[in-house]
Amino acid sequence: MVLSKNDRLANWWGNSFAILGSCVGLLFSLSVLIIGSTFSFNIDSTLPLLSLSFSVDKLSAFFIFLISLIALLASIYALGYVKHYYKKYNIGALGFFYNIFLAGMVMVVSAHNALFFLIVWEIMSLASYFLVIYENKEKENVQAGSLYFIMTHVGTAFITLAFLLLYRSTGSLDFGVIKETIGNSSPLIADTVFILALIGFGTKAGIIPFHIWLPNAHPAAPSHVSALMSGVMIKTGIYMFIRMFMDMLPDAPLWWGVVILILGAISSLFGVLYALTEHDIKRLLAYHSIENIGIILLGLGSSLVFWSLDMKPLAVLSLVAALFHTLNHAIFKALLFLGAGSVISQTHTRNMEEYGGLIKYMPQTALFFLAGSMAISALPPLNGFFSEWMTFQSLFSGIMASNVPVRWVFILAAGSLAFTGGLAAMCFVKAFGVTFLARPRSENVRHARESGFALRVGMAVLAALTLVIGFTAGSITNAVSGVVSDLSAFNSSEPAFFSTIQTVGMRNGFASISMPLILASLIVTMALTFFAVYLVSRNRKTKIGRTWDCGTTLGPRMEITATGFSNSIVTIFRGALKPTKQTSIEYRDEDMRYFQKSSTVELGIQDIYNRYFYQPVHMLTIKASEYMKRIQSGNINMYVLYILAILIALLFASGM
Amino acid sequence: MPAVSPLCIGVVRKIKARFQNRVGAGIFQPYRDLWKLFHKDEVISEDASWIFKCAPYLIFSTTVIIGASIPLFTTIFSINVLGDLLVVIYLIALGTFFLALAGMDVGSAFGGFGSSREMTVAALTEGGLMFSILVPAFSAHSTNLFAISGAVASFSFFAFAPMILALAAFIIAMLAETGRFPFDNPATHLELTMIHEAMVLEYSGKRLALIEWAAANKFFIFLALGANLFFPWGMSSSERLGDVPLALILFFAKILAFSVFVAVLESTIVKFRFFRLPDLLFTSFILSIIAMSLTI
Repeated sequence: MVLSKNDRLANWWGNSFAILGSCVGLLFSLSVLIIGSTFSFNIDSTLPLLSLSFSVDKLSAFFIFLISLIALLASIYALGYVKHYYKKYNIGALGFFYNIFLAGMVMVVSAHNALFFLIVWEIMSLASYFLVIYENKEKENVQAGSLYFIMTHVGTAFITLAFLLLYRSTGSLDFGVIKETIGNSSPLIADTVFILALIGFGTKAGIIPFHIWLPNAHPAAPSHVSALMSGVMIKTGIYMFIRMFMDMLPDAPLWWGVVILILGAISSLFGVLYALTEHDIKRLLAYHSIENIGIILLGLGSSLVFWSLDMKPLAVLSLVAALFHTLNHAIFKALLFLGAGSVISQTHTRNMEEYGGLIKYMPQTALFFLAGSMAISALPPLNGFFSEWMTFQSLFSGIMASNVPVRWVFILAAGSLAFTGGLAAMCFVKAFGVTFLARPRSENVRHARESGFALRVGMAVLAALTLVIGFTAGSITNAVSGVVSDLSAFNSSEPAFFSTIQTVGMRNGFASISMPLILASLIVTMALTFFAVYLVSRNRKTKIGRTWDCGTTLGPRMEITATGFSNSIVTIFRGALKPTKQTSIEYRDEDMRYFQKSSTVELGIQDIYNRYFYQPVHMLTIKASEYMKRIQSGNINMYVLYILAILIALLFASGM
Repeated sequence: MPAVSPLCIGVVRKIKARFQNRVGAGIFQPYRDLWKLFHKDEVISEDASWIFKCAPYLIFSTTVIIGASIPLFTTIFSINVLGDLLVVIYLIALGTFFLALAGMDVGSAFGGFGSSREMTVAALTEGGLMFSILVPAFSAHSTNLFAISGAVASFSFFAFAPMILALAAFIIAMLAETGRFPFDNPATHLELTMIHEAMVLEYSGKRLALIEWAAANKFFIFLALGANLFFPWGMSSSERLGDVPLALILFFAKILAFSVFVAVLESTIVKFRFFRLPDLLFTSFILSIIAMSLTI
């Protein structure tokens, strides 16, 4: 495939292969989910400790289903999208790494051996790294790729340490054996493994403050790859959280859940605040991935808390909420990235300030993007609302069921989720309004055409899914709770909710919801309103006129900009966001400075993570290296002396 | 419900007029306005897309659905699954979302800033609104609004200290959501201060009528929520038909009292600067958290 010189052929080959693979994955995972048998096989290799061991239980099957579904639609989309790379970049390489990336993700969620897991984890990370730097003619993409490369390997280092610790205390790298024997070791080891895994997998999931690679790397990749990275790849971090904390490690102490809840609250609130400051459409979406990972963690964290408090029914509820939101986020985030990709392929810019009025040029793309925006803003009757509703229910149950210190964590988590919902809606009014509504802001827009057939199919299916999952939420909840009860921790526990096709509600009568009814009543009342208004004023005429703007001529500069739209909220949260403003003026007369030639104002926000965390760490590493340099004199005799000294020390150490 | 909501607007306007030493229009004037608007021709901007054209219908529908799913004068419909607190709040958000999009759609300088301000206020209000209603919800062990008003009616006197805090928080959120003083001036078209009016500036004819009517509905919804969640006495809790007339009369008395309260409040305080509004909204959120920590 790499050798293929013909662009068209390479595109067809690469993506058809991916489509075929995803279909197989989809069928396979559905069969595991429905039949419910665990599928596993083992190939022993000649190397010690390494065995190609797969095991697919319902949890893995759920994630394989997710990966295959998004990969299938992204690959269909790519058939059309990749066309605009023809003659510019090597299409064969794109197809090659794309397929390796997909295979890597599927193997990550089905690996059953730590060493094998690390290898496929690396395959997934490296393949995605090459996809991030695919458009290598732009310098920032290569920089973003390097940052991603470094951060992902720091993460892998922590993961490796976690597995080595597990190996030390259990003597095996097989997930099954670790699970059987870890109960005998001390809680200290479990705690250390928890922290190491939290940092390692948290880096991949993009939890604040380990998120710094995410808003740079996701926008740099081609859009269908961004959809997969944001929609699915970061979820492998969530998968490993569930696999390790709820399946492999013994009963979790209370503070694990509390830590995850707090991280979730911070990630969701700050993720959406940073998204509001962005005017690069793909960076904006990338920050929303951080927000949604935060929401998933709120469900996961409350599940761990309930588990440690021995309230299994509520733990099931929270984990179902987390998994349901994982599914929903994968769908609407993929949809939004594909929509953004269509816009970018037509306008050739990622800057939202140069869009505007695209709804008239690309009406179908606009409709699909609107569906995604409504779903991510948790507006009924679409799917995002339902999983947020469930997450709210688990947090409310936490407020009622727990005691004082933990209750406050739940109250703050619920508060941050409430604000997150409102701010996300604001952010997507901005994203949709500035991109698609009003008048074009630049010439690029006027040349835009509706995107091609393959692109529209990919987006249309995803948009339909947001609606379908919305009103079939009851049945899907049943399916997801089947996945959860398959975990050994929750084998025999009744969930705290009931769900039928019509209604989902809490067993204690605290709350209930009927998604089909919401949809039906919206449709019926809208139809009635439309009909009634038509009856009353059917004889009235409608004129088309110009927008009134106090008699001045309307220009694109009269519309609100993305920066202007969110300026008030940035000012309100200036304590947390630390906005910066840089003014530079160029003069015609350098010495007298009366006549300005041009003046530019740059607005931005301070990167507090780089400044207060990563920079100091960087400086510390440099300093430590400076010290280490002193013992390296370059003199061979000196080195021989070192070796001798170490040898003697080791002899003494082993002698004692 | 949509039939009586313009009356509340009329009452508030009349009282405000009396405060300003004017006679003011009659309390049925909003009905005449709606009738007039429905029978007028319409002008639509050439920049507007289908979002602008469909939004009024959607916004009006959401207010009608919410109106049908909140307790008005009886608590017996508690099996109503639409009466969930979160459903009501997010349906309100759905209306706000489309109103803000419609404001941006015509591309005028006013509409965009109106949308920006509206979404800023709405985003910060959501926490206070949700938590202030959660306070009685936790006492009632249900987020179903009918069940809440049923339970609050049977509270003992001492359970009411946190409820007063929650009521204060709710009123702040209500003033913000319905665009009243000190958040927004419903009677102004001054470009520096308007929020709601800026978004709907381009509407005319039947669509303006729908938007105005929806705003009246929203005002009525919040009055009814305030009256029935925090002062639920007198609601008929049985299925006997004899209770209904009395309950209806009491309900309208409560709504009227609330309208008078809002009108007096609007006449006696001034509008805040936009950047002082978040302080007020965070106050609402913190008041409800304090109330919540007292109840559970």
